Amino acid sequence: MSIGHTLLGLLESGPRHGYDLKRAFDEKFGHDRPLHYGQVYSTMSRLLKHGLVEVDGIEAGGGPERKRYAITDAGVTDVERWLATPEKPEEYLQSTLYTKVVLALLTHRDAADILDVQRSEHLRSMRILTDRKRKGDLADQLVCDHALFHLEADLRWLELTAARLDKLRAEVTR
Amino acid sequence: MTPPPGTLLAAEDLRKSYGPTVALDGAGFSIHPGEVVAVMGPSGSGKSTLLHCLAGIVPPDSGSIVYDGRELAGMSDTERSALRRSEFGFVFQFGQLVPELTCVENVALPLRLNGRPRKEAERAALAWMQRLEVDDLAAKRPGEVSGGQGQRVAVARALVTEPRVIFADEPTGALDSLNGERVMELLTEAARSANAAVVLVTHEARVAAYSDREIVVRDGRSRDMERAI
Repeated sequence: MSIGHTLLGLLESGPRHGYDLKRAFDEKFGHDRPLHYGQVYSTMSRLLKHGLVEVDGIEAGGGPERKRYAITDAGVTDVERWLATPEKPEEYLQSTLYTKVVLALLTHRDAADILDVQRSEHLRSMRILTDRKRKGDLADQLVCDHALFHLEADLRWLELTAARLDKLRAEVTR
Repeated sequence: MTPPPGTLLAAEDLRKSYGPTVALDGAGFSIHPGEVVAVMGPSGSGKSTLLHCLAGIVPPDSGSIVYDGRELAGMSDTERSALRRSEFGFVFQFGQLVPELTCVENVALPLRLNGRPRKEAERAALAWMQRLEVDDLAAKRPGEVSGGQGQRVAVARALVTEPRVIFADEPTGALDSLNGERVMELLTEAARSANAAVVLVTHEARVAAYSDREIVVRDGRSRDMERAI
């Protein structure tokens, strides 16, 4: 999963401090693997360097300075591009796809569209495997079947998610 | 509507309601000879209604369907049923073979309805059954064969008139994966070699993987994924 894009997506709803970003990330996406502060700050300085975020204000306090970050137009375009690019079909991609779907819902984009494009990308891989299977020997068929079943499992998750988008939208935007 | 050159069957802005239920809400479609197009989408999305409209079984409330340069709405009922009998073939999920007839008589039936003599029709039927690897079942009745075998007999029957379009609605829905895949292999191979187009309604990705491209139907609207990407 791209932490940079996810943090950028979270900034689309308004400027936040690094600490707030970490908390929002952990709450939405980091159930099993919360972000380290170091990851947040190194990611933010990279995004800053690339002009995808800017510092919106600095709060001086007793401790270190607290920067508030805002997404730039280039940042919004970058999130847009990431969401629109289908993932390379592979095993265990659900967490990235899940993140994309939730972010799309949070940012009022078309989540069904993301799922349609992903289905198409998966089917493209499945067609290649099916063709290889048709022309190959039994060993080829078994190897291809293994891959096909994994891709099919992704797609079953995708269809189930598509059927539950309204419910998910209601939950994540609560 | 004037479809692009080379299009065999095309539809534009199809609308169809059953009472208050909207089944199609501006759906479109197009297919070329020799092409296999999967129609995907959740249950109740309008997939089967789209297939029924394209095949001239159900008239849409509005919209245009053009087959081989001819507008379907402009044809009489007699012309449309002649088209279905001679140029279209159908494969459904189940319940399509006549239980009182033998398998070869079932396969020969569309030719007999078109007026072909029995011997000639059954000879052609047997040739198709051979291709679908079920010629040894010729004398059996549908009740005496397995689901997978019965479906291959049904595919042979859909192909026997050498149709230009085959409409298949969940053709493997009642089969296990091995039988389902064999049916798909044989159906798509036979269709491609005859340069026939296949409109394949399915919700199964492994079945859709036998297609050349897919369209997705949701809430009665269709999306051509080839053009979307």
